[in-house]
Amino acid sequence: MITIQNYVKAESLEQAWELNQKRSARVMGGMLWMRLSRKKIQTVIDLSGLGLDGIEETEDAFKIGCMTTLRELENHPGLLAYTDGAVKESVRHIVGVQFRNLATVGGSIFGRYGFSDVLTMFLALDSYVELYKGGVIPLVQFAQMKKDNDILVRVIVKKEACRTAYLSQRNTKTDFPVLTCAVSAAKGRPVKAVIGARPQRAVIVEDESGILAGGITAETAAEFGRYAASCLKFGSNMRASAEYRGRIAEVLVKRACLKQEDPKQKNLKLEGGRTC
Amino acid sequence: MLVQITVNGKLLKEEVEADLTLFTFLRNHGCYSVKCGCETTNCGLCTVMMNGNPVLSCAVLAARADGAQIETLEGLQEEAAEFGAFIANQGADQCGFCNPGFIMNVIAMLREYENPSEEEMQEFLAGNLCRCSGYEGQTRALKAFLAQRAEKGSAGANAGSNTGAGAESSAGADAENSTAHASERQGKGEA
Amino acid sequence: MNTENLKYVSKELPKLDSMALVTGKPVYLDDVAPKDCLVVKVLRSPHASAVIETIQTEKAMLVPGIEGIYTWEDVPQSRFTMAGQTYPEPSPYDRLILDRRVRYVGDPVAIVAGADEKCVDKALKMIKVTYQVEEPVLDFHTAKDNPVLVHPEESWKSLCPVGADNKRNLCASDVCSDGDVDAVMADCDVVVEGTYHTKANQQAMMETFRTYCSIDAYGRLNVVSSTQIVFHVRRIISNALGIPKSKIRVTKPRIGGGFGAKQSVVSEVFPAFVTWKTGKPSKMIFSRKESQIASSPRHEMEVTVKVGASKDGTIRAVDLYTLSNTGAYGEHGPTTVGLSGHKSIPLYSKNVEAFRFAYDVVYTNVMSAGAYRGYGATQGIFALESLVSELADKLGMDPTVIREKNLVAEGMNMPAYYNEPNDSCALDRCMARAKEMIGWDTKERVRDMGNGKVRSMGVAMAMQGSGISNLDVGSATIKLNDDGLFTLLIGAADMGTGCDTTMAQVAAEVLQCSYDQIMVLGADTDASPYDSGSYASSTAFVTGKAVEKAAQQMVSNILENAAAWMGITDESEKEALCYENGRVYSPVSGREMSLAEIAKSAMAGPHKTMEVTVSHCCPTSPPPYMVGIAEVEIDKETGSVELVDYAAAIDCGTPLNRNLARVQVEGGIGQGIGMALYEDIQYNEKGRLYNNSFMQYKIPTRQDMKNIRVEFESSYEDRGPFGAKSIGEIVINTPSPALNNAIAGVTGCYFHELPITPEKILKAIRENEKNRK
Repeated sequence: MITIQNYVKAESLEQAWELNQKRSARVMGGMLWMRLSRKKIQTVIDLSGLGLDGIEETEDAFKIGCMTTLRELENHPGLLAYTDGAVKESVRHIVGVQFRNLATVGGSIFGRYGFSDVLTMFLALDSYVELYKGGVIPLVQFAQMKKDNDILVRVIVKKEACRTAYLSQRNTKTDFPVLTCAVSAAKGRPVKAVIGARPQRAVIVEDESGILAGGITAETAAEFGRYAASCLKFGSNMRASAEYRGRIAEVLVKRACLKQEDPKQKNLKLEGGRTC
Repeated sequence: MLVQITVNGKLLKEEVEADLTLFTFLRNHGCYSVKCGCETTNCGLCTVMMNGNPVLSCAVLAARADGAQIETLEGLQEEAAEFGAFIANQGADQCGFCNPGFIMNVIAMLREYENPSEEEMQEFLAGNLCRCSGYEGQTRALKAFLAQRAEKGSAGANAGSNTGAGAESSAGADAENSTAHASERQGKGEA
Repeated sequence: MNTENLKYVSKELPKLDSMALVTGKPVYLDDVAPKDCLVVKVLRSPHASAVIETIQTEKAMLVPGIEGIYTWEDVPQSRFTMAGQTYPEPSPYDRLILDRRVRYVGDPVAIVAGADEKCVDKALKMIKVTYQVEEPVLDFHTAKDNPVLVHPEESWKSLCPVGADNKRNLCASDVCSDGDVDAVMADCDVVVEGTYHTKANQQAMMETFRTYCSIDAYGRLNVVSSTQIVFHVRRIISNALGIPKSKIRVTKPRIGGGFGAKQSVVSEVFPAFVTWKTGKPSKMIFSRKESQIASSPRHEMEVTVKVGASKDGTIRAVDLYTLSNTGAYGEHGPTTVGLSGHKSIPLYSKNVEAFRFAYDVVYTNVMSAGAYRGYGATQGIFALESLVSELADKLGMDPTVIREKNLVAEGMNMPAYYNEPNDSCALDRCMARAKEMIGWDTKERVRDMGNGKVRSMGVAMAMQGSGISNLDVGSATIKLNDDGLFTLLIGAADMGTGCDTTMAQVAAEVLQCSYDQIMVLGADTDASPYDSGSYASSTAFVTGKAVEKAAQQMVSNILENAAAWMGITDESEKEALCYENGRVYSPVSGREMSLAEIAKSAMAGPHKTMEVTVSHCCPTSPPPYMVGIAEVEIDKETGSVELVDYAAAIDCGTPLNRNLARVQVEGGIGQGIGMALYEDIQYNEKGRLYNNSFMQYKIPTRQDMKNIRVEFESSYEDRGPFGAKSIGEIVINTPSPALNNAIAGVTGCYFHELPITPEKILKAIRENEKNRK
């Protein structure tokens, strides 16, 4: 188990940032992953006193504080409505309610874990991270960056007229995912499929060639699924082989696309493809 | 560092090390209902309520719990006995080691949901592992408890009171009778 | 036999300790261990096979709070086994508390005792060990007669003729048969064969292994442990420490689950050694990781079975060979393997003309195995039952019909079951009932749901034993106390199963008092009458019978004393005296005496003792029987499998407590489903286990299971208490083969290795589709 020398409840982001410049310091999120490491941490920095929990919804964005728990995420009516319930689907299989009451959005995103449902989900949305020093940058850019000593303050989701669906494949209901998949479609841009737990970090595949441009049908969805899977590299680990992951990617992308056409899902009528 | 944590209504002030977990803090203060089953936040045995939310106490630093209100089963004996009798009447308590964490989370669920569906129950309680029961007996106990609560609620509304013990309820179901049985024995045990 | 008039036995009564458990009272080991006792941990080997060259402990000893660090040089050099079995144990004496040779990743290298966990952890990191790393034997197929030996030492010994030979990596080997199996096989219309691989699954009880030790006023070592076998623990610690048994007392508190895991000594010897050395109280609490990597899981087995049959489905011959992997040490190796044949083949005793059963149990450099619910029967039944379903498919028969045609019935002799008679058996009724429960005859076995999903049903039968014939001993002591209350002392261990309660129910039935008037004291080597322990499905059947007999003896003592105290001298009135509902009553004179008065009289003046002890051992081990039918829904595109329904009909004789028996069944099926679908054991090429936590070893959650439905279809076993047989183990045996049969309805093929994951299912579906094209 982890050993920690000092605990500091930060009184300002500046103080937190300064403390975090030492190599042996760590910012704590929910402590769920960090505690599993056998490292010696000199100083653990707790941001829970800075009012960074909670979700603020404005006309054109959601601002999600880094200390917001996954449980708050899944119960936020505005986010649920905006994502057609996909946000709930993306986290509800994660261990259990008691776990999700601790796990934070900041911890999940900052860690950029390969298995992350949360990262997969937010990559499908028009998401940004606000870093204390680095400012606001697109999540897709942040996801590729190496870990540094900056502090993730909040995740910002800009609203667009989009539809979203989330699916994952798991060996047991609350296990790590074998594969994660989020698909979003919006007017004025190609449909995005995000595939994570490959088992590497989630990446985006866009429908650049307009497979879905003529509308989402069983055929086009299946074709986009095959296309998305063909763009990616998959790996093997103890949960599944690369080959299986490739097949599941096809299936989940297809199903996530089709979910958007389910009339029960939502009122917003959408055409796929970039040219609309 | 000095922390002030309210445990079951009692304020505890104590100097703690930075890496002391809330789990260990609570057991050090005699809350032995809080158990550890896995060390990797997968089993739910260490569930306690922190500021009203069920959390895994093995993953919370005592330092972070500074200023928090903590509830363990030691502080919820009446609710535990009331629902626990339904578990006992199914024989689903079995080895009992997972029971406190499970019952803590059931109490949390019942605070959040008036009348959860079976699917909602399974999802809310998915983080509570049990190796003995196959979960079926726990589910039966929950259903019987909710049925009785609903009945008591409506009976209570009529009679203007719903504080009667299960045994006093008019329902003559077998479960009801054996509820009385289990709690009666507890009464004896404590006498 | 009529069991309807029973007042306590078979009733749905809550456990006597239930309210303490559900309200979270401190009744488990770490709740009752004193706070100031030494914390004991062990340093574990990072190598699968190595010889320790040097261990430097000096620096670690300087860590403040460290009490002692012990290495192989500090411990007794006489080998012993940690298997909880009746002496002389069939398991070889191949252990030392600490050995210079380490045989698996996780094998103990040094013991550290200190004031608290922190200083012990620190000291563990500071011990420097140099190893001479050797080539390990990791593939159990190549272990037998491998030039690399797991136990090359001369001090290795085997106490029983089980075919063990450490110079061949053999822990046991045997062959037995009845009839000319080759001749019958040659004469069969159809012969099918398959090899089935099951892994070293973990019991994964919620409370890990743990023990607390202290020295009492008489200088004796007091061991309080989470164990199923207090008497065996006493002997094993005596062997390990080289001290007399008279110096040791072993008791148990409430136990957080066992499932066989705690039928071996796992944590006990380390704190026992520390406390004996230092004179100070100490405890050892296994982490979950230790419980996963260094404990006593199921034996990995590969069962190759051949079945010969007629065209009409008559099963005429069974030839079964089991290769069992006992890992680094031999606990339960020679015995578990026997059940893979002896508790699978007899299911088909009706028409089987000849059988052969052979096995090898080999040593390898992985974690050693132990006892897990089912104890080899689970592995054998998975193989044979899967193959019988394959045979049915081959013959175009309904898998239930082929079983109905061949299943063992009451009154038959069972050659493969040590020639024991089948005196009580409702297997045929179990089959009928399970089919009815799930609607087998009213719907298609395989149904395409039209949404990419297919539902399919599969069946399996199972048996187990009830104690070990002519060996397991159960005893009960009953005492009459003030106010007419009884004390029942047993040596069986309630590990959550509720045997303290079921034993009280048996006593209450005979003594005609409420079951909570029986105070049960379970498992203390100083106080309990001898009991082999709670394993081998023995408690309900063997100890239960001892309780029944002791209670009967108590009644006759009460009558004899009461007659004297009531001044009855007339022989015919004495004869007519009856004991009923807490009093002794004479129908002749109308005189009566209450139990309270009798108890009072028994505490003043001479009388025949009001304390009786009866021991019981049964010459047979009547099998319980069971049929399980699973219905699954499979997603054809992902291979995901959802359990839709599980119908189980069980013949456990009279269930002693219907609620507790039902939960045994549900829980066992739950574990069986875990074994069949989720719980994997994966080693890397160096012998390190990946599945070392509940994060990586996925036992089922409540969302993974649905609709486990149980009904009792009881026979009446004359040799058991009130007609009871066992229930604890058989319940884990049907899920793997039943699910295999159900899934085969979709994939068109049977899986020969567990667990059956979505990935394997999808691959099979795709291959099946390819073949059809």
